[in-house]
Amino acid sequence: MLKSTTALVMGLTLASGAMAADYDKGASDEEIKFGAIVPLSGPASAYGSVGSCISAYFDMVNDKGGINGRKISVSVQDDGYNPAKMLEHARRLVEREGVLFIAGNVGTPTNSAIHRYMNQRKVPHLFLTTGASKWDDPENYPWTMGYIPSYAAEGRIYAKYIKENMPDAKIGILYQNDDFGRDYMDAFIDQLGDESMVVSKVSYDTSAATVDSQLSTLKESGADVFFNVSSPKFAAQAIRRAGEIGWEPEQFLVSVSNARSAVLEPAGLEQSTGIISTQYLKEPTNPAYANDPDMLAWREFKENYFPKASEGNWWDWSCYTTSYTLEHVLTQAGDELTRENLMKVAASLEGFEAPMLLPGITVNTSADDFAPIEAMSLMKFDGTNWVLFGDVIAVD
Amino acid sequence: MAMHDLDMTHVNPETRKLTKSGLPLARLGYGGAALALVAATGVLEGYELFLASSILSYAIAAMGLNVLMGYNGQISLGHGAFFAIGAYGAAICIDRFAVPFALTPIIAGVVGMGAGWLIGKPALKLEGVYLALATFGLAIATPTVLRSDLFSEWTGGVQGLFLLINPAPEWTGLDLDQSIYVAVVLYFLIFAFVTLRLVRGLNGKAWIATRDNPIAARAMGFDVTRAKTRAFVFSVLACSVGGALSAVAVQFVAPDSFPFFLSISLFTAVVVGGLCSPLVGPLLGASFIVMVPNLTEEIWQGGSWAVYGAFIIVIMAIQPRGLAGMLAWVRAKVTATSNND
Repeated sequence: MLKSTTALVMGLTLASGAMAADYDKGASDEEIKFGAIVPLSGPASAYGSVGSCISAYFDMVNDKGGINGRKISVSVQDDGYNPAKMLEHARRLVEREGVLFIAGNVGTPTNSAIHRYMNQRKVPHLFLTTGASKWDDPENYPWTMGYIPSYAAEGRIYAKYIKENMPDAKIGILYQNDDFGRDYMDAFIDQLGDESMVVSKVSYDTSAATVDSQLSTLKESGADVFFNVSSPKFAAQAIRRAGEIGWEPEQFLVSVSNARSAVLEPAGLEQSTGIISTQYLKEPTNPAYANDPDMLAWREFKENYFPKASEGNWWDWSCYTTSYTLEHVLTQAGDELTRENLMKVAASLEGFEAPMLLPGITVNTSADDFAPIEAMSLMKFDGTNWVLFGDVIAVD
Repeated sequence: MAMHDLDMTHVNPETRKLTKSGLPLARLGYGGAALALVAATGVLEGYELFLASSILSYAIAAMGLNVLMGYNGQISLGHGAFFAIGAYGAAICIDRFAVPFALTPIIAGVVGMGAGWLIGKPALKLEGVYLALATFGLAIATPTVLRSDLFSEWTGGVQGLFLLINPAPEWTGLDLDQSIYVAVVLYFLIFAFVTLRLVRGLNGKAWIATRDNPIAARAMGFDVTRAKTRAFVFSVLACSVGGALSAVAVQFVAPDSFPFFLSISLFTAVVVGGLCSPLVGPLLGASFIVMVPNLTEEIWQGGSWAVYGAFIIVIMAIQPRGLAGMLAWVRAKVTATSNND
């Protein structure tokens, strides 16, 4: 420890003596190095495209001349959604490759494994692609910051809506038996305040083949509201199955699974009509945004740098917004590319307008608010497209 | 099993003579290697120590599994489950009872052995592929059980458990990574010693006899069932201790750390390392499963597992006795050449 501190002090003295710019490991006059650890293999490999997207985005940035004259070098690593592997990669990136920071990592259990490590090492652990609420804890973990609205916040939006509009609802919940499912459900029930409104909750494991029996249980419980907390494949199965067994509840579907091409089309568009969900981004597949300037910029990026992206896959395009925000933070940090300054800049975004965010939603952070996006809008599927309704709802 | 054809434990009289005369030299070699492992504490730093601790933890597990698969000729595709039991055993000891981390592998080992004995009793009635499938079922069930609400008060459920590990006392001058590494090396050396004693002693003979011809073994007075149970329990002990040490190194356990793929990885470590090579095989195999995926990722990102698979196929095609077999072959060549000179 002492050795590295001395080295750091010496390094800093040297750096400040020789030039005006201020650097931590991983940054120099020519280059900024950072890492992203995502599951390119294993059960969650569909989410791995976040890594390709970030790396493609910074290829574009480099082609345009880099950031303040520096090239960005992104090291994308595969953790196979295994927490132990995530720690191994993080340690390699930080200790051996010497990256300035790590950003965009996918997964709650995996990021949990390096939560303490990154904070002990004081290396920024930024803009994570996971909706757990624990990333917003600047007091205990001042080096970690999430990005997307938390699952818990979204769960509360549905509960509020149901309480206001359907006070006599009998709710049936289908949830994935992991932290993602629990985060949604716990917050939802907490916000309801009245657990007796929930007449049935059934879970499934990600290794399950179908959720048919769960749907039968829900139907038999007499529920007239269906809160569908499942990942895309199972969400599609559940919606389809509900139709097959003639169960016609009011359906609420978590935003993780509201992609039209990945979920609603396989489930059946007619079946999906009337489903309520939330969104904070403009979906590229929605014709309402066909000529939106954000969308034109995204398409240009996609065609030139990320042609394998599928617009129906949330993981392929939502990270465009994240990468843009990251670019902004690095630009704002200027020549002071220290880890501390990076966190300071990331924690002082005020009304920052990132592309693809819905009108009225901006990125806001402060020293005691490490949750960049905290607003969403409700929407309903009209049989062909998602249609927003009501105001943007702020959550925290 | 095809292992009979390989005849791996057969030693021709020539080699036996060689080994006998080279025995003191071999002891010296072991001693030197052990010293080198300990000395590495001062040479390696943070990440390397962590990596070395991971490899040695897997090597301990592979040593045990090698006894079961190589010497006793049984196939298990589920030892990742015992690795998980060991890891959670250690995690719960640290989380709940503030047990010093260096002692947790002992407790984890005892717990694991208990579980292994319970599961082994009925499972060992099965042979070959049936045992393989039964153990594989265990590996598939593990993550779900760990996630379940029933035990979540202890296991932390889906969130997993953080392990707060204190480094060795200040007077030792060791930082956290070094303390963990020293403990891992210590357990590794103990297991290396015990494994070598076991496979070269009467137990080893009973295992080999049971593997090669159970009827003849029984006729010669070996208790076949006991031999099989012992091999199974020893393999489970090694896997739980390996799991405990790996949890300590990572300082975090969660159900996702123990997918069924882990069991396949341990299987790979044993076979790629070299069946019936009690020490070198598991070490090489463990290095293979930890380091090669990183290597293949650099070769072809996105297709890294295809490259990994190709590596396994090539190794098996060249030398079914795995990396240890290759090493022995190279050594034999070198000795032959130097003798000719």
